[in-house]
Amino acid sequence: MQATDIGDPNYFHRVVECQWACPAHTNVPEYIRLIAQGRYSDAYMVNRESNVFPGILGRTCDRPCEPACRRERVDGSPVAICRLKRVASDLRDDITGLLPVAPEGKNGKRVACIGAGPASLTVANDLMPLGYAVTIFEAASQPGGLMRTSIPSFRLPAQVLEEEIGYIVNMGVEVRYDSPVTSLGSLLGDGYDAVFIGSGAPRGKDLEIEGRHDDPAHVHIGLDWLKSVAFGHISSIGDRVLVIGVGNTAMDCCRTARRLGGGDVKIMARRPRQYFKASPWELEDAEEEQVEIVVNHAPRRFVTENGRLVGMEFDVLEWDEHARQSRKLDTVFLPCDDVILAIGQENAFPWVERGLGFEFTSDGLPVVDAVTMQTTLAGVFAGGDAAFGPKNIIWAVAHGHEAAISIDNHCRGIPVGERPPAQMALTSQKMGLTEWSYNNDYNPSPRQQMGHVDLTKRFQELHLEVELGFSAEQTMREVQRCLNCDVQPVFRAPLCIECDACIDICPVACLTITRDTESESELRSMLTVAAENLEEPLYISEPLAQTGRIMVKDEDLCVHCGLCAERCPTAAWNMEKFDLRLGRAGIGALL
Amino acid sequence: MPSINKPLIPLAAMPKNEIGLTIRDYEGSMSTLCAGCGHDSVTAAIVRALFELSVPPHKVVKMSGIGCSSKTTAYFDSAAHGFNSAHGRMAPIATGANAANRDALYVGISGDGDSLSIGAGHMVHAIRRNVHMIYVIENNGVYGLTKGQFSASADIGSAAKRGEANTVAPVDPVMLALSLGASFVARSFSGDKEQLVPILKAAAQHRGLALIDVISPCVQFNNHYGSTKSYRYVREHELREIDPDFIDTAREIVADLPRDGALMVAMHDGGLVRFRTLPADYDPTDREAAMRYVNQANARGEIPTGLLFVDESIPDVHELNHTSETPLVELPFEELCPGSAELEEFQQSFV
Repeated sequence: MQATDIGDPNYFHRVVECQWACPAHTNVPEYIRLIAQGRYSDAYMVNRESNVFPGILGRTCDRPCEPACRRERVDGSPVAICRLKRVASDLRDDITGLLPVAPEGKNGKRVACIGAGPASLTVANDLMPLGYAVTIFEAASQPGGLMRTSIPSFRLPAQVLEEEIGYIVNMGVEVRYDSPVTSLGSLLGDGYDAVFIGSGAPRGKDLEIEGRHDDPAHVHIGLDWLKSVAFGHISSIGDRVLVIGVGNTAMDCCRTARRLGGGDVKIMARRPRQYFKASPWELEDAEEEQVEIVVNHAPRRFVTENGRLVGMEFDVLEWDEHARQSRKLDTVFLPCDDVILAIGQENAFPWVERGLGFEFTSDGLPVVDAVTMQTTLAGVFAGGDAAFGPKNIIWAVAHGHEAAISIDNHCRGIPVGERPPAQMALTSQKMGLTEWSYNNDYNPSPRQQMGHVDLTKRFQELHLEVELGFSAEQTMREVQRCLNCDVQPVFRAPLCIECDACIDICPVACLTITRDTESESELRSMLTVAAENLEEPLYISEPLAQTGRIMVKDEDLCVHCGLCAERCPTAAWNMEKFDLRLGRAGIGALL
Repeated sequence: MPSINKPLIPLAAMPKNEIGLTIRDYEGSMSTLCAGCGHDSVTAAIVRALFELSVPPHKVVKMSGIGCSSKTTAYFDSAAHGFNSAHGRMAPIATGANAANRDALYVGISGDGDSLSIGAGHMVHAIRRNVHMIYVIENNGVYGLTKGQFSASADIGSAAKRGEANTVAPVDPVMLALSLGASFVARSFSGDKEQLVPILKAAAQHRGLALIDVISPCVQFNNHYGSTKSYRYVREHELREIDPDFIDTAREIVADLPRDGALMVAMHDGGLVRFRTLPADYDPTDREAAMRYVNQANARGEIPTGLLFVDESIPDVHELNHTSETPLVELPFEELCPGSAELEEFQQSFV
């Protein structure tokens, strides 16, 4: 077999499962170690480098890192990565002195961003320190985009939002509030060197069934309704509320309704629970607030009496095994005072004129290159929900970083496809014969549970944050659950004397010395424990000096405890920290 | 020693043996030997053999003397009984324990210092008596615990770490055992568990003393160029022809039975040893042939490994001494000690 090329930054990156799964590739193990050392500000800055909004994401992220976490495979529950991110944010000192600053002398290039949401803010964050003049056009009177309007303040306090947006805007970004862009054509005519579209997917879907427009005052579109609540235009709702939809927005709607006077709030779902789009923890939080979840009910019509909404009719469905085909069992009437529709959101580009050369897909999304974020118009880029439809904040941030690289290239006359390469460093963690600069012991603690504000209290105050954050004790336990997947056992074949010490000590039997073979599937079956998880790579050495056999490590099982390196008499195995340095706007220029 | 204990990590279901235990249940405390010590590999092989044989952990008795090798009994099977005796006295203590309780599995671990110098006399007599036990010699050719002086198994010409060569003829435990009439003689290498584990399993099923000389390199004092007991030297000079497979008859073995006429030897407790590869004229049940083969290989500077000789017909210590079928520990006190009147009567019979 071909020996593994550990000089390829992608190899070890893939082993650091959380970092690999994070769209912005946040260096999770590194910031968790910094939290363990009480270095909260440093942990915050490690986060900020890649995800820009640690305080916001520490509360609202969709956490693609957590299902990927190695700890999940070990004891069934991942490290509470997202919560620890919030710990770093909550306990940090004043970090303003550590933030990047924009130079006084500008480079003469002007960039326009449409929408003051996470994607545009990330672009501004990356370009301002390079000397660009960035102008953001925002339709609302405050920045944040959907982070402000669709995430309720009891999940994301306004102060957290303002602080982290401030770090970017205070570099000298010009934000024009109450300034919706009404024509891309005229914006292009204003002489900007590049335009970034980060206007989100702001339009909530409607449900056109019988009776929809009979009492429009009591049928609300979820996104618009949440926005009105956020800006203080709506402060009450009827006692009986039906929320149609099963995504995270639906959960935010029902929890907000509970705070505005909704006593009997129901989530109405067409399909069984396992097909819900909402993150499991958001569902749990809604249920904790006594929201009833009703499955297998498809909306049939709105019922009004004398022009006042009195309820809705639903078809009760029975589904086949994989919920593909349904059969109608019955029709039921559920009385209600208000209905909130949270069945999805769409992009809307009424302000993009035809004939500019700006093309759309058949789904109504702009045609955007997935790597460069460039649209079909050179110099016009897009990211976040505006480019690829509703996703998550962390995706918008990732797109923003890539778009910033492209904009920088574009403005300097470099092809946008020329991306600054990822770089890596491996640093030995050896401090003594059996001493490492990381805590390698396995801690069997279970995942720590987040404390919540008392139910009655949270319904009295709309803006009261529900999650309390981890206590010092919880934090200390949770950080020790991290397996430090970035500290890699690195093998140097010429040093190995084939004594078997590493194989004998390995607590998970992930190591094998075996004869070489041509086929990976045969090799996988020859290991100490057959490597059945094909998603995970094998780390294969060069032939060993004495017998010509090969050392193989199954990355699926390894828990990075470092015992192989402690028992290795020749330091053929050594624990080395993998540090990934991703390409960023401006970094390429330095190379 | 390692900075942490080997953690118990609840990864996907670990395989269980016939009595419902995992391999981790046969482990002991963390080794304090040098990193890379061959002895730790022997320990790992013993753990695997006991696991695969489904031996109840409390039915094992671990015996040892003094030396690096003799520390290793602490590193496997924490639930076993054990006795760490004075230097060289592992064999007599094991003999005594064996006399008292014939039902346990005796695993004696010794070294080239413990067995070929100070305890050589004891080892010789344990072999003569055919004490029912596994007798492992972890053989590294040096006194590791006292910083690397030559031991009695150092070959002539083998260089010490500082360069001077040994001039005194070595004791070869394999030739010694063969000449003493041993019933089970094997040699293996700590770096070759594929061979060592089946030998250990066959030894556990052997009735009598199963002597296994395991070349187990000392990484600290005897793993350099010029040493004849380094990992590299053994790998370059090992003659690995007499390779046994141990087949436990408790399992379905039909598919395993050879159709190619490979040599099979039945063990006392029903297990079978199949010899996978052999020189054409080699018969592991022929003592003279074995001695000739080992002698010739030694003369060529080769290290013959494998199960070299086995004879299940030789009576063991209990048969030789007509001991009670019931282990002495299980006899009621009145039977074990009939009283002064009986003694008096017995003594009178000699008058």
